[in-house]
Amino acid sequence: MAGIVGYGAFIPRHRIRSEEIARQWGKDAAAIRRGLVLEEKSVPGLDEDTITISVEAARDAIERSGIDPLRIGAVYIGSESHPYAVKPSGTVLIDALGIGPEVHVADFEFACKAGTEAMFVALCLVESGRVEYALGIGADTSQGAPNDALEFSASAGGAAYIFGAKDLLVDVLETYSYTSDTPDFWRREGRFYPRHGGRFTGEPAYFKHVLSATRGILKKTGMDPQDFKYAVFHMPNGKFPQQAAKQLGFTKEQIETGLVVVKMGNTYSGSSPTGLAAVLDVADPGDKILLTSFGSGAGSDSFVLQATDLLPERRVTGRKVWSMLDTPVRYVTYGEYAKLREKIILND
Amino acid sequence: MPSPRYWRAIPSRLRLEAVRCRSCENVVYPSRRICPHCHGTEWDPAELSRTGEVVTSTIVHIAPDDFAMEAPYVLALIETPEGARLMLQVTDCDPEDIGPGTAVNLEFRRIRAEGNSGILCYGFKAVPAG
Ligand SMILES: [Zn+2]
Repeated sequence: MAGIVGYGAFIPRHRIRSEEIARQWGKDAAAIRRGLVLEEKSVPGLDEDTITISVEAARDAIERSGIDPLRIGAVYIGSESHPYAVKPSGTVLIDALGIGPEVHVADFEFACKAGTEAMFVALCLVESGRVEYALGIGADTSQGAPNDALEFSASAGGAAYIFGAKDLLVDVLETYSYTSDTPDFWRREGRFYPRHGGRFTGEPAYFKHVLSATRGILKKTGMDPQDFKYAVFHMPNGKFPQQAAKQLGFTKEQIETGLVVVKMGNTYSGSSPTGLAAVLDVADPGDKILLTSFGSGAGSDSFVLQATDLLPERRVTGRKVWSMLDTPVRYVTYGEYAKLREKIILND
Repeated sequence: MPSPRYWRAIPSRLRLEAVRCRSCENVVYPSRRICPHCHGTEWDPAELSRTGEVVTSTIVHIAPDDFAMEAPYVLALIETPEGARLMLQVTDCDPEDIGPGTAVNLEFRRIRAEGNSGILCYGFKAVPAG
């Protein structure tokens, strides 16, 4: 059986509070906190992008796995903010981490679920026996248009997972995917900011796919919500995953460890993978974990995972998700945020 | 930095590959032909830790064009546990907090972009530890 042999996450240190964004646009911060359940979000520095976040997360994953990076036969980075339109992010990453050149590299894109997409393909290549180890990453430095609801959530971060067939930290017991043509959120080629369908992003998009994928994998495995110690659902805001969990019969206790969105924002392709990393930081051997991503457009990938005896000893190296969220952070004003996110037009 | 020059420096810039002198065992970064300590010419490969300590630093207020958005920023001479010294930008910090003895971690960052349409150049920067 194939599974996770190493994992890592990285979250930039800058933060902007919901109050600061609300103040800029004359919105009610209390309503944002109540309605979207967002306190603050991560902001990338001028020197951070999907490639740098992926390299830092993957370095911890390699260290926790203890494997020689040259044995990684496939590298997939899922993101909607690849720094180059043409030139894969993975090419820079493999040379930075000493992987390859005998390696298959591709960049994936599927709104917020490109990370689990990369993880799914990496897992399947290992299961097929085509490669010994494969690396799947979800990372983003997502942009929300100024004065749009998305600006309160769009943030930066990511997580990396190495899949292998032996010395597993986490078994992958089952996977299930659910996809349809649902135009809830998109960005046309060459446009700087994404567009979305407002309320349409909820019921027919997020909830339909997250609920269908989760019910599908529960049926496929014959498992019930109470069989899981933890569950992670994609986090476009703090409210949606809590509603989805409730409708599916999961409790607050099962989702709160992975509910990183309240402090981190929505890191798009990095969102549910980073939530999973937060769970792996504390899970005990034998704990079962449900992961369901969501990507607009739209689709969901579900995974049923189980922590092994090796997980606690291997995770002692590397950065923990909640410690990156709790310390040390640098709060920025809206003006600094606009500069860091390159929203200001400059002269050449 | 034209693309081929950046490409040639990938082993040292992206992986911090250094060399250890076979006669005096000092670690030198980036690699060179003649040891600055003993004039030896035989080397073994060495990799640097992603940690270090500031030896000396300065704050850049008037930055070159490509770094103008980042000013004021800290440029520091960092010594790694292997004894190698490298000049790095210090990021994610208040410049006045950085000085000799500051413990740092080395993180992978975007160093600069070749204008609006050229290549992106990556490498390491120092970040205060803890
Ligand atoms: Zn020497």
